[in-house]
Amino acid sequence: MKRLILAGAAVAGLIAGPAHAQDKLLNASYDIAREVFGAINAAFVPQYKTDTGRDITVDQSHAGTSKQARAIVEGLEADVVTFNQITDIDFLVKNGFVSEDWQADFPNNSSPWYSLPSFLVRAGNPKNIKDWNDLARDDVKVIFPNPKTSGNARYTYLAATAYAKEAFNNDDAKVKEFVTKVFDNVPVFDTGGRAATTTFVEREVGDVLITFEAETRGIAKEFGEDKFERVTPSVSLLAEFPVAIVDKVADKKGSRDAAKAYLGFLYSPQGQKIAAENGNRVQDEAVADAFKDQFPDVRLVTVEDVFGGWDKVQSEHFASGALLDQIYGDR
Amino acid sequence: MSRRRVLPGLHLSLGITLFYVAFIVALPLGALIFKAASLGPEDYWRIVSSPRAVASYRVTVLCALGATAFNLVFGMALAWVLVRYRFPGRRLVDAIVDLPFALPTAVAGIALTALFAQNGWFGSALAPLGITVAYTPLGIIVAMIFTSLPFIVRTVQPVLEDLDPALEEAAQTLGGSDGAIFMRIILPLLAPALLAGVSLSFARSLGEFGAIIFIAGNQPFETEITALLAFIRLEEYDYQAAAAIASVLLITAFVMLAVTNLIQARALRYMDRSRS
Repeated sequence: MKRLILAGAAVAGLIAGPAHAQDKLLNASYDIAREVFGAINAAFVPQYKTDTGRDITVDQSHAGTSKQARAIVEGLEADVVTFNQITDIDFLVKNGFVSEDWQADFPNNSSPWYSLPSFLVRAGNPKNIKDWNDLARDDVKVIFPNPKTSGNARYTYLAATAYAKEAFNNDDAKVKEFVTKVFDNVPVFDTGGRAATTTFVEREVGDVLITFEAETRGIAKEFGEDKFERVTPSVSLLAEFPVAIVDKVADKKGSRDAAKAYLGFLYSPQGQKIAAENGNRVQDEAVADAFKDQFPDVRLVTVEDVFGGWDKVQSEHFASGALLDQIYGDR
Repeated sequence: MSRRRVLPGLHLSLGITLFYVAFIVALPLGALIFKAASLGPEDYWRIVSSPRAVASYRVTVLCALGATAFNLVFGMALAWVLVRYRFPGRRLVDAIVDLPFALPTAVAGIALTALFAQNGWFGSALAPLGITVAYTPLGIIVAMIFTSLPFIVRTVQPVLEDLDPALEEAAQTLGGSDGAIFMRIILPLLAPALLAGVSLSFARSLGEFGAIIFIAGNQPFETEITALLAFIRLEEYDYQAAAAIASVLLITAFVMLAVTNLIQARALRYMDRSRS
């Protein structure tokens, strides 16, 4: 009899389960953000419980952010996006999924942390790679993913271009020649940041990996600090990681409050600390101070200053037949 | 004279079949064509004839030809061994042949890359010979071979099983050499099945994506396959260009399958006639 009651209770529990709905969020994010959001979510769940008394689960989806944006437009019900590129959120704006003034929703243009394209070389830096100009040397093999399929690599391309623009005084022909040389040194174009990491680390292809600083730190931690060395170039490009509530989905699912709490948590001291622990540079001064030794000084330029904004970058560099395609075509 | 029908009711079975074909096969392909057709003919031609697209066709088709040629020889030999010989573990080998059907192609791609990379088991053995497989067209061929092998084995196997060894024995007693028996007795009988296997294997290789992108270097003009180029266009939110490039693959595969069907139908008619 007791067993019967237990079984009955279990069945009732199963049926009643969805009724007192648990809060649920889906976060669509970029390829190499698995670790940081794994840690963020683990910290956010108890915090949310304390704040609201409600249980919540946060599911993650990771892929190239263009793919994520496309998936959302085609029906992936992500409540929030945490991307590494403004252009991909703009695509959601254009399709009516995110409100136009999303950058005003959260502090710092809705970018809770930032990073920059940085270098990872093999132990001892055998090829003596120090800065962008070393990447154009004939004896250096460079690994980064395909800028056409990876936001990560788009930053790499832009950072190399920004360096060349300074070095050659905006001489377009020379800039193009320099960037072409760098691209000629890439033996494998993977489709995403993580795949490029695998090529460099596991397959032992190439002399230098260029990826977000956050990823170079993660690799060194994961595979042993003695196997790789991080190199910070003299100048790099500010890579903001924008976040937004996907209004259309949040309104439909009634998850706006939870989504807001979640993205807000990224700015809390706790969230900022986790981000910094995972190699991201953060705005919170106390946290930034505490992690100061981890992040060497570097001069950062912005897409706005160097290239006149993302729209221009898109049409002049990444569109079909634009500069990047010409660089591929010149090979 | 009415034939006995195994399936119930012509209307029901026809209805289900047409429904299936329309919704599962024709609709997605129709959507693809529709998307591509929303481009004007000039834009369409500009996209599908761009140097980079043409280079990707060359890479894809040449690698698919290489892989299919390899599978033609190796797949037929494998089918032959599985049918004609009894050895311990035969059933296991027989089952393993189907594995590429079941294995997610991305898993196959990653496994092959791990094996053939400079520091992998095969890659490190091949390196002293000056052969690099991973990140070269050779890698694409290897991935295509892996994913399309079952097609040839599985189409040839049943025909071989039905092949009466008495035919070969008769030829032997009449003084036919091994080569002559193979060329003039076995091969003609296998030809329709081989053709079917080859065309399926080739079509599969044309469309393979998951396994290849891991092992190919994905270098434009060198190791960039057509499917990847379509994927890249999608990443640029350029749905039409992606559809245009994909339509080239689709049309190629369709034309080829149609042609082989035609040849097969003719071969069957020929065989029927020679029998009666």
